[in-house]
Amino acid sequence: MSVSGVEGEERSDFSAAESKQIRQRSLRLLGSLVRPLRARVILTMTVVIVSTAAQVAGPALIAFGIDRGLPALVDRDWVPLAFAVAAYLVSGVVGATLIAWYTVLTARISQAILFDLRKRVFLHTQRLSLEFHENYTSGRIIARQTSDLDAIRELLDSGINQLVQGALYMLFIAIAMFSLDWVSGLVLFGALVPLAILTRWFQKRSQKSFRETRTASAQLIVQFVETMTGIRAVKAFRKEKRNEMEFGGLVESYRVSNSRVIQLFAIFDPGLVLIGNVTLAVILLVGGLRVAGDGLAIGVLLATLLYTRQFFAPAQEMAMFYNSYQSAAAALEKISGVLEELPGVPDPTTPIDLFQAQGRVSFDDVEFAYKADRVILPRFDLELPAGQTIALVGSTGAGKSTLAKLISRFYDPSHGTISLDGIDLRQLHPKDLRRAIVMVTQEAYLFSGTVADNIALGKPDATRDEIVRAAQAVGAHEFIELLPGGYDTEVNKRGGRVSAGQRQLLSFARAFIADPVVLILDEATASLDIPSERLVQEGLQTLLADRTAIIIAHRLSTVAIADRVLVMEHGIIVEDGTPRDLIAGTGRFAQLHAAWRESLV
Amino acid sequence: MPEISTPPRASKRASTFASIRRLYPYMKPAMPRIYLGTVTALAAGVVALLIPQVLRGLVDGPLQSGDAQQIWPAFAIVLGLGIVEAVMVYLRRMLVLTPGTHVEARMRNALYEKLQVLPVSFHDRWPSGQLLSRAVSDLNLIRRWVSFGLVLLVVNVLTIVVGFVFLLNISWVLGVLFMVCSIPLWIYGFVFENKYSTVARRSQDQAGDLATTVEESVHGIRVLKAFGRGKHALNNFANQADVLRGTEIEKARAIAGIWLWLLLVPDVTFALCLLGGVWLAVDGQISVGDLVAFFATATVLRFPVESIGFLLSMTFDTRTATDRFFEVIDSRNSIVDPVEPLTVADPRGRLVLHDVHFRYQDSPAHVPDLVNGVDLAIEPGETMALVGLTGSGKSTITALTTRLYDVTGGSITVDGVDVRELRLTELRSLIAMAFEDATLFSASVRDNVLLGRPDGTEADLAEAIDIAQASFVYDLPEGLDTRVGEEGLSLSGGQRQRLALARAVAAKPSVLVLDDPLSALDVDTEALVEAALRRVLASTTALIVAHRPSTVMLADRVALLQDGRVTAIGTHSELLESSEHYRFVISSLEDEEQREREEVGS
Repeated sequence: MSVSGVEGEERSDFSAAESKQIRQRSLRLLGSLVRPLRARVILTMTVVIVSTAAQVAGPALIAFGIDRGLPALVDRDWVPLAFAVAAYLVSGVVGATLIAWYTVLTARISQAILFDLRKRVFLHTQRLSLEFHENYTSGRIIARQTSDLDAIRELLDSGINQLVQGALYMLFIAIAMFSLDWVSGLVLFGALVPLAILTRWFQKRSQKSFRETRTASAQLIVQFVETMTGIRAVKAFRKEKRNEMEFGGLVESYRVSNSRVIQLFAIFDPGLVLIGNVTLAVILLVGGLRVAGDGLAIGVLLATLLYTRQFFAPAQEMAMFYNSYQSAAAALEKISGVLEELPGVPDPTTPIDLFQAQGRVSFDDVEFAYKADRVILPRFDLELPAGQTIALVGSTGAGKSTLAKLISRFYDPSHGTISLDGIDLRQLHPKDLRRAIVMVTQEAYLFSGTVADNIALGKPDATRDEIVRAAQAVGAHEFIELLPGGYDTEVNKRGGRVSAGQRQLLSFARAFIADPVVLILDEATASLDIPSERLVQEGLQTLLADRTAIIIAHRLSTVAIADRVLVMEHGIIVEDGTPRDLIAGTGRFAQLHAAWRESLV
Repeated sequence: MPEISTPPRASKRASTFASIRRLYPYMKPAMPRIYLGTVTALAAGVVALLIPQVLRGLVDGPLQSGDAQQIWPAFAIVLGLGIVEAVMVYLRRMLVLTPGTHVEARMRNALYEKLQVLPVSFHDRWPSGQLLSRAVSDLNLIRRWVSFGLVLLVVNVLTIVVGFVFLLNISWVLGVLFMVCSIPLWIYGFVFENKYSTVARRSQDQAGDLATTVEESVHGIRVLKAFGRGKHALNNFANQADVLRGTEIEKARAIAGIWLWLLLVPDVTFALCLLGGVWLAVDGQISVGDLVAFFATATVLRFPVESIGFLLSMTFDTRTATDRFFEVIDSRNSIVDPVEPLTVADPRGRLVLHDVHFRYQDSPAHVPDLVNGVDLAIEPGETMALVGLTGSGKSTITALTTRLYDVTGGSITVDGVDVRELRLTELRSLIAMAFEDATLFSASVRDNVLLGRPDGTEADLAEAIDIAQASFVYDLPEGLDTRVGEEGLSLSGGQRQRLALARAVAAKPSVLVLDDPLSALDVDTEALVEAALRRVLASTTALIVAHRPSTVMLADRVALLQDGRVTAIGTHSELLESSEHYRFVISSLEDEEQREREEVGS
């Protein structure tokens, strides 16, 4: 089993080598995110070092005040005390101001990292092939971009802050302890041993639990999103109660994995308190005995005790850090996995421009198979001259859509080449490819935004006039005018207010405004009523006059406007000719056409 | 009029306390343990405050006198207190943390339950990203507050109060000094609330919007790819993410502000106390032991004092999360079970629409009702086709029959009972629907088909699959047990549609409502499905939205819809004869003949 990309993502039993591989991948990603911010990171580190040093000065100054200032004041000498107080004030003001600055600085850094990461994941998601999306499921890819990024945000927001500040705090306190009283310093040093053991134990135990938490939450999200997007079917088929059971189960397993993590904390946190308090008592004993023996000033004893108390305070916060670190690390592992996935349909490294495409599409010895043993389209050659309107006919599963997806480069062929005007699609600049070839599918997805926005998706810089003209051309103008806000109506959530047929008209308008030289219509009129279809067809006839079109339709009425018909069966083109010739013959198309003609009224 | 709420952008200013108090019903079962946890946490705090008192005695006694023997008992007491503190911390965590996860789970289930019950009109309005961020991040936040923030907030405030008492006891001058110096901190805490909670709310909303964009970019991936709009989508996304970044930095500024005060005020206080304390000690008003105890106590109090800011911001975040949660929970639902439900004792399947009106609540006044007075009676066993142009209200009528929306005028009855008088579960088992855009759930083919009849037998399943000509499912990798991926993405549109049809058929309802159920099928398959459907339709009442003549042929009668009204009813041939609009809508024969003539002529 491999762990490259998103493979094995659901497992929580990685071997050492696999864990290492995954960790390195995350670290590489992290490195690439931080590198551009080096200068800011250095500034931030400087600020936090100075501010922490200023904060740690406190107890030593109190010790100075008691041990030197007090006796001096008895002799009417204010200077040492005044020095201690003034130094305290200065260190307090400097420390607090710098910490505030540090907070803003780290927020800037972490937000810059997040922004970068968000964009990268989003862009990469868009680049990944449809095949990847179909296998990986939308819920999981959404979870990567939402809850996993949240986990990282949380780490960056507070976790890293606390770690850096806490570690520095502990370091400076240790330095202060040793310089005040090296015996107490040694005791503190000794306390690090149980501290390390406890932390190591916690780290080992919690790692697995955190992974499980992430997996559980992802499952939860998938179920949630699916229910909300399919709410009509849920209601119509009374799935609510069953959903509640399923969701309740997922909620419970998420809760259980969460509380497993929390229980580890319930041991870790008091463990820290115990180590801290025992150390405090020992330092009191060691110091007290020496004060009694006149070896140590009382102020110094007080300072060591104060330092000891403060030394363990950040340790608790750092335990919190470990919490967010673990979930962020698990999240980063998964995100880096997604980013590692190579786009199945990669952009060309040295793209060839094609500013003015003619629209000639050629298939040269093309074969398509998902896997070597599942050949969908056996090898074939096909030439689609520029300007021709081609109808693809055949029963469901004959491979028509696959052929269409190959032309629009949703997939790449497993053998041979497909070219536009003689240029291999794999070499063609993606921008030119998408401008030249557009596919309209039956599934007309609308994005939230206005009706106009949705049409303009085909041509982002379109003017309102162009949009209206496109809508008029496909016969969508009338119903749009009747919407509450006309072209500015927000089509909320999956176009809930717009019927399937209307959605299809909008996606036609989208294609119309995109004005490609090769237009592929995959069942794009299936949901239209006959008059709308008629209108679209009229629009198409003008639209298609000078461009290549591939029309897949079950209803042969659409075929009427074709110059050429390809009949497909089991991935093979079995008939190829003009509609008239084929109808006149005795082949498959002639039968289909006769049956269809029969069904007309 | 159905109450339709949209995601509000800013809440009315109710007090934080009033907002959060609404969590109580969910927290109630956890309260005993939360109370106990608070007590143990307070005990831990007090124990920590006792240690300086031991120091005080030690410094003024044995250390002054140089009596080393007396140091051992003090050591033992400090060690003992230290162990007690650790045990109390352990108890607090054990007591409070598990109930916190239960509160979260309870709320999450309640939210999900409510969302499933809320009408489709609600879901039309609320992007699912907004709902998701409520169900996941908001509830996570609430859990952490319940099991951590709440207890610490209460306990730390109490610890500070107790600590003050100790400080006063050591020296009233220093105690008062300490207290007075802390006052700016409390004031700033209140100022902070206003500043922070608005920003926090904004950031949560923006994060929700961003999640919506992510979701759409994934669900609409085909369109984005087809038009090569990945860049465009990325720019949109980047803009939104950038706005969120700005808000987050604003939030950080607010937090930096409170940090500044939380650190500055205690440090200034310590400096002043050092000045005052040493002076008092020189003056002989307090002992050196008092001075040591004072600073040790004040140091113990530092963490509670500093944590107040963090805990406050967490509390305000929680308040925002709570508000967002209740925005959904409080949404009024007009489509609910009646108080005194009737039942259809002997379902025969007579579906009658009587003067049915429907309009969306936000339709402009000048737009006529979408469904504008439809009268239609479908007799038991009859199949009625609904024919009309896109937007004439066909699909809306199908959605009204099972109360996905409620009529805004008139009534719909099944076997004489108004659909609003029936329990929703009963209504929806009487009437089964197949939607045009077939939603499949992440479950096996079997579960998807038997969705409306979970107790269906293998024979029911096989029959439904046979009728819908969906035998391709047997060839799937794991046959009927194959999980059809999220939203059935791995199946083609035609395959999904056939499964959705099989699902409606398998439910064996009294009334079958099919919204253009065969649109994605090829001609051959359509003919086979139609032949098989005839068997079912012979005995089942059916309402079928049809676009094509072949589908209309399944029906006994046809109702022609025009601008939200039924303008003609009759058999297919009657309408062809009598209605020009019907010919316009359903017939492409003339076009075809004309085209053929042209072809011959050319």
